[in-house]
Amino acid sequence: MKYLDEYRDSALAKPLVEELRRAVTKPLRVMEICGSHTMAIFRNGIRSILPDGMELVSGPGCPVCVTSASHMDAFIGMADRPGVRVAIFGDLFRVPGSHGSLSEASSRGAKVEIVYSPMDALDLAVNNPDELVVFLGVGFETTTPGIAATILAAKNKNIKNFVVFSTHKTIPAPMEALLSDPALQIDGLLCPGHVSSIIGAGAWEPLAQKYHLACVVGGFETADLLKSLILLARQIGNNDIKVENVYPRAVSWEGNLRAAKMVAEIFEPADMDWRGLGRIPLSGLKIREKYADFDAEIRLDITLPEAQEPKGCLCGNILKGMNTPRECPLFSSRCTPSNPIGPCMVSSEGTCAAYHKYGQDE
Amino acid sequence: MSGQKILLDHGSGGLASQQLISDLFLKYLDNRTLHSLEDSAILDNKPGRLAFTTDSYVVDPIFFPGGDIGKLAVHGTINDLAMRGAVPYCLSLGLILEEGFAMEDLERIIISISEACTKAGVPVVTGDTKVVPKGKGDKIFINTSGIGFVPEHVDISSKNAKEGDVVIVSGTIGDHGITIMTRRAGIAVQGDLHSDTMPLHTLVARLLLELPGDIHTLRDPTRGGVATTLNEIAESSGLSIELRDEALPIRLQVRAACELLGLEPLYLANEGKCLVIVSGDKAEKALAVMQATAEGREAAIIGKLTAGKAGRVVINTPIGGARVVTPLHGHPLPRIC
Repeated sequence: MKYLDEYRDSALAKPLVEELRRAVTKPLRVMEICGSHTMAIFRNGIRSILPDGMELVSGPGCPVCVTSASHMDAFIGMADRPGVRVAIFGDLFRVPGSHGSLSEASSRGAKVEIVYSPMDALDLAVNNPDELVVFLGVGFETTTPGIAATILAAKNKNIKNFVVFSTHKTIPAPMEALLSDPALQIDGLLCPGHVSSIIGAGAWEPLAQKYHLACVVGGFETADLLKSLILLARQIGNNDIKVENVYPRAVSWEGNLRAAKMVAEIFEPADMDWRGLGRIPLSGLKIREKYADFDAEIRLDITLPEAQEPKGCLCGNILKGMNTPRECPLFSSRCTPSNPIGPCMVSSEGTCAAYHKYGQDE
Repeated sequence: MSGQKILLDHGSGGLASQQLISDLFLKYLDNRTLHSLEDSAILDNKPGRLAFTTDSYVVDPIFFPGGDIGKLAVHGTINDLAMRGAVPYCLSLGLILEEGFAMEDLERIIISISEACTKAGVPVVTGDTKVVPKGKGDKIFINTSGIGFVPEHVDISSKNAKEGDVVIVSGTIGDHGITIMTRRAGIAVQGDLHSDTMPLHTLVARLLLELPGDIHTLRDPTRGGVATTLNEIAESSGLSIELRDEALPIRLQVRAACELLGLEPLYLANEGKCLVIVSGDKAEKALAVMQATAEGREAAIIGKLTAGKAGRVVINTPIGGARVVTPLHGHPLPRIC
């Protein structure tokens, strides 16, 4: 497959393992922000060949995992309302709120549909004119342009029974909140490839400067990952801190301006609750008043319920890179992918799910 | 039969049921044993031990590229018999139909069952049909049970896998699972995605004939895929299994669709593939025997059994790393980004 196979070629990738070994000249701690990176690192067996002295910690970049328990409770409460059909991305289906999950709501008769694209949710609205279809907007900069486009399409087609519950989040904002905690002690960031394709590699420049952090925007294939780690190790080893982009086939310096413009048309920055991180100022996106007809929170008059995090669950700290899944007393015992207690075990991109699935022997 | 629908009457046991039997089931599936239409089929005995299995089929959509629910119901049960080294002998066919189901679709499925049975040489010898009110079922559910005979000296079991044995897969993986998932999601993927549903008893007979005593385990990696089935073999045998990432035969279009949907081929269902665990020194011969059959043309050696941690399956990645392959949890869900 073009753009995949050449970056997975073992003849290309194997020498990079040796190059990485040489590049690590002093102990360093790097955070991979994105859940897809966490998964790809495990899938390629990169953790098992990391040179001594290089430590990888996983960050908050799994959209399902950072969805707060109170948002989950609001989603479930909404799905239970008569006349409402809820459309979601698959990952959200089994995430527990304080009382059960959408999967359980579905089993008691709530209408919960898994869609692959927000446009499919719009089709659901057209095909079920007597119901209000609510798309649960969960995601980072990668998902918001598609959802903005769907709202625009709904407006253009005059579809009145489609709304979005926006819990969209932006990625650089929580990083600032995390990095201001000196306990984290991070030397560099493996910056998310897909998010950066929208916000641009340049968006990492302020963090790199303010916190003296090595930043490399990387892709998701074997060679992409190894090359990113090599550059991070070199920047840190040589104390030559900057933003580098090794994913130019998808990411430009300025990002996707057209997508950003569309998002800005529909959404405006808002304070947002993050699981584990609490409320972070201007770290989310809410629907502008101009498009209030498509805002589920307004149409359904939703007030967010108070919610408790599951007892004993360390997802909050794991999302901050303060704990690893194995330090959680519930990990792989009471909390497993079949019976998840915290969100990091549910999502295929969750750190706990990745450790459980791939990392059992480490 | 165009335009006709299944009515509750068709499952009542009365006239409508009898008409369905004569116009459809006997028309396409007739044989001496089924023809008597008595309460149970009386079968001639055969040498060897009896193998008995049952499976229910609820696939949605009921028609898909490469097959349909009827073919699946025949092949799946034949394969379950074959995976214990049994020679399939006969099947039962239980249908649960939803009121309002199109008669045309039922006929299409019965024809497909008939073709699959004739081709495999395994007849339906007894059957039953029930109709449930509209909304209480989903179009059609099928149960097939199967009886087979295990020839003397044949002993195939997950427990029999031994250290040093080699794992062969009879062809490409993930084809059925990805075909169903993309159809269900209404996603059009370029290239020809189709289910691999097919019976494997001929391939198994060939292997057992050519390599008596050297075939230790046979498993069909259906739900849960190759990953889950290999975990079960590792668990039962108390051994480790090491796979080579690059050796896994996966069609380009299956890989592409998996990339798109965030799925792993190792966890997708297969309906016409088997995993063969064979003595290490006979692996090449087994591979050649399999590749000489139509079902096993794309067979490949994908790994080996080792004395490592009991029940563990690992994949060695191209860069010299390793990762653990766990069984499937829940059902495969597409990821967000």
